[in-house]
Amino acid sequence: MREVAVIGAGMSRWGELWHQDLRDLSCEAVLKALAETKADRVDSIHVGCMTGGLFAGQEHLASVMADCLGFAGVPASRSESACASGGVAFKAAYAEVAAGLCDVALVVGVEKMTDVGGDEATYALGTAADQEYECYNGATFPGLYAMMAVRHMHEFGTTRRQLSQVAVKNHSNGLLNPEAQYHAKITAEEVESSAHVADPLRLLDCSPITDGAAALVLCPLDMAKKLGKKAPVKVLAIGHATDTIALHSRKDVCRLAAVEKAAERAYKAASLKPEDIDLAEVHDCFTIAEIMVTEALGFARRGEGGKLVASGATAIGGKIPVNTSGGLKSKGHPVGATGVAQLVELAVQLRGEAGGRQVKKPSAGLAQNMGGTGGSSIVSILGVA
Amino acid sequence: MQPQRYWREIPQRYRLEAGRCRRCGKVFMPPRGLCDSCRSTEFETIRLADRGKVHTYTVIRVPPAGFAAQSPYVLAVVELDDGVRLTMQVADCGPDEVRVGLPVRVEFRKINEVGKSGVICYGYKVVPA
Repeated sequence: MREVAVIGAGMSRWGELWHQDLRDLSCEAVLKALAETKADRVDSIHVGCMTGGLFAGQEHLASVMADCLGFAGVPASRSESACASGGVAFKAAYAEVAAGLCDVALVVGVEKMTDVGGDEATYALGTAADQEYECYNGATFPGLYAMMAVRHMHEFGTTRRQLSQVAVKNHSNGLLNPEAQYHAKITAEEVESSAHVADPLRLLDCSPITDGAAALVLCPLDMAKKLGKKAPVKVLAIGHATDTIALHSRKDVCRLAAVEKAAERAYKAASLKPEDIDLAEVHDCFTIAEIMVTEALGFARRGEGGKLVASGATAIGGKIPVNTSGGLKSKGHPVGATGVAQLVELAVQLRGEAGGRQVKKPSAGLAQNMGGTGGSSIVSILGVA
Repeated sequence: MQPQRYWREIPQRYRLEAGRCRRCGKVFMPPRGLCDSCRSTEFETIRLADRGKVHTYTVIRVPPAGFAAQSPYVLAVVELDDGVRLTMQVADCGPDEVRVGLPVRVEFRKINEVGKSGVICYGYKVVPA
């Protein structure tokens, strides 16, 4: 296996972008990522997209993307693992480069979510849960995460205020990220008085509906000097795992087994421990998710993810900064693009280009991307080459 | 909702029929073709317990399409007395009455009406016992 480097990283604008479609968004992100490189060709394209069909009426994204990016003729494929689609597309590209099947691989994650109304968006996102045995009975995604939150509160004494502190921190980080969808400082009181969605979760506990794309360019590490313009970032490890589709099928509804397994595999492959990680981008689709994910990644002991955020350890400048980009909560959550954008943030941080949200001299960053209620998860660790 | 899709799940939804592994006894709802504990493919049909308790819950206040008329409603992961857990609504129960551990009883109920033709979908819900 060859060592693999990230030599280009870019994001489109993120937000409610009525004037841009799937292709415009992808093109914007890819042009930025390619502009960071000297690559004069792309050997392979990997697209991460959850459901172009339900959100934009467009499937066959392999052809659509190769075409609109000006690379018709280049092999392309699309990875789908609900909200973890972007992370899985990255893994597919990494594997190709590592195996020597290609040299320059392009990863593009994209989702165009605002061409449909609220009911349709809820339906499309609900397809990441168990349609027959959860959604049939009236479950929604916020509802499923709310049930994890209620059980977490019941078992460990996690508080409503600790949930709010996740949102407050991530919006505070998002203020420092020009690419974020929302630039708004919020208070815990504002979170706790925002509209009810699914008790105990309120509107400001939830990540938004977002249009956006993100892109990465990968190549073998030993070609990074020739093909890259900036200091290369090395892919240290990728861990990937699955769990049951329905939340109720799990022995423990407030334990993210897929995240634990993916992290264990990534740490082992990179010969690193949780305390060796300098920053993490995690899948905070809901505030409770960040709390549970920090436990699954080993940053907090089981049941103590709420205390971790309350302690300030996950803020920029803390022991383990989490979601310096603003996370899904503030940066936005175009589902298929999220996993790729998490890695863009790691690349920017590891190169020392993150401006006001820069973590002091990081050497290793971790990205955790998750599908559904944790039915799939992928953990990638990047490091300074 | 396509009639065939609705029809094929009637045994589970109307009668709580699950599959029990003939080799190791593990129960699956919905029934499946392969046991993840012992890899056996031999199953017998059993009926799940109709009593249980609330394992965790939420109150859905932003409902999905087809559920607006019922909103707000209590949704729960219910642990039945035989240990099987399922996601279902807690009917006849106000948002302030539900709690972890609440004893419940399964009832056959209307779930909703879907599609332009208004296919009426039935299934299981629980009520406070």
